[in-house]
Amino acid sequence: MRYARYVLDHLLKDLRLEWRSRDSINGMLFFVLLVVVVFSIAFDPAGYPTVTRQISGGILWVGLLFASMTALNQSWTREQRNQVLEAQRMAPSPASALFLGKVLANMIFVLAVEAVLAPIFVVFFNLQVLGNAWLLALILPLGTWALVINGTFFAAFGLRARNRELLLPLIFLPLSIPAVLMMVQATTGVLTGDLDPIQIRSWITMLAGFDIIYTTAGILFFDTILNAE
Amino acid sequence: MARSPILRVIAWLWLAASVVVLVIGFRQAIFLAPTEATMGNLQRIFYYHLAHAILSLVFPYVNLAASLAFLYWRRRDPLKALSADALAVASAEVTVLYAGICLASGMLWGKPAWGIWWAWDARLTTELILWLLYVSYLLLRRFSPTGQVGVLSAVLAVFAGIDVPIVFMSIRWWRTQHPAPVFGGDGSIDPAMLPAVFWNLGGWAMWGILIIGLRFALERRRQLAEQDAALLAIEASLETPQ
Repeated sequence: MRYARYVLDHLLKDLRLEWRSRDSINGMLFFVLLVVVVFSIAFDPAGYPTVTRQISGGILWVGLLFASMTALNQSWTREQRNQVLEAQRMAPSPASALFLGKVLANMIFVLAVEAVLAPIFVVFFNLQVLGNAWLLALILPLGTWALVINGTFFAAFGLRARNRELLLPLIFLPLSIPAVLMMVQATTGVLTGDLDPIQIRSWITMLAGFDIIYTTAGILFFDTILNAE
Repeated sequence: MARSPILRVIAWLWLAASVVVLVIGFRQAIFLAPTEATMGNLQRIFYYHLAHAILSLVFPYVNLAASLAFLYWRRRDPLKALSADALAVASAEVTVLYAGICLASGMLWGKPAWGIWWAWDARLTTELILWLLYVSYLLLRRFSPTGQVGVLSAVLAVFAGIDVPIVFMSIRWWRTQHPAPVFGGDGSIDPAMLPAVFWNLGGWAMWGILIIGLRFALERRRQLAEQDAALLAIEASLETPQ
């Protein structure tokens, strides 16, 4: 259980650092609020209530996608000051523990943002969930995990790159397209009640499969990335 | 390596053979294959489109294999790893090329045949995402810091290789739920058209292998030039002033 101990240490470290400045969370919260407002101007929920319900799943996830990207780049810069990264590489704990700790920390931050965002969304878009709302409690974490696991992994690619902020969206977005499709379809299916429970379940299963596959790949390959030289 | 005379001869012969097969394929596709009932001669673009579509699904796996080989040999045999990296970048570039040609020829076919440039149906969307994935691979290679290019891009290639079947399945399931107009139809091919299909598939496969080989040789030369320059720099720094 030493591995779990390492993961917990890394997680607590990130949470503690974030709590002291609260940069990421505040930035993400405000960003996501702005995204919701911009989308409301762009898509006019009041004018087209049915269409709004059909696209609200998409808007929610696109907003979260962009908000989490702003935080993800930042999450690794913490490791670059004071040569912390070199210390991490020399530490005897497995590199994947650092990775998992950071993924869990980012997951907590994005979930916190979602918890604030969801009511705002319901208010601004006059949303009524026509399907089984409890399914959202399953879909939102699974979808968030898919974004955070790949996002944290690819954010580490840019650690010593020139155009770090530019690099993350370019490599993260194409790979995440199937995951975004799955989360949006599942969420929209629940919000509009248009999809059969079986179809929603297959989207959720696919999303869970995506999460498992990429969590495994991330854990296996993080050590390679950290020691890329 | 490419300066070896045997390899040069093989390359020239392969080029000649590819051109011959492509010419036969051209003749088959444009003159010998029967004219399609509804679309007429416009349909002949299909022979090029299909060949590039199929090959654009094969070359990514060459990239995946080369990337895995690179990661395996990275610490065990760095020289072999360099060759693997060269093959990875060569096959990624040709994947982007072939996927791009597939998309472009599809659009050129689609507009006159069905009146639309694009439809977000399963096949087109999957091909577009494939193209995007390998463009992102090439961009990662450009933006990575020197020395890390091979490793970072190899890991991305593994993730992309895992993603290709996931994309295929999820997009297909999506379009089973929400059908969209299908480009290309799903009818089976008239046996009289098969020779054109196979000659073009073979010709473009040979051509693809040729340009991967050329790009590989180019990359190997660049790597060797870099190694020589690095060696010179080291020796220069070691020279003690007399």
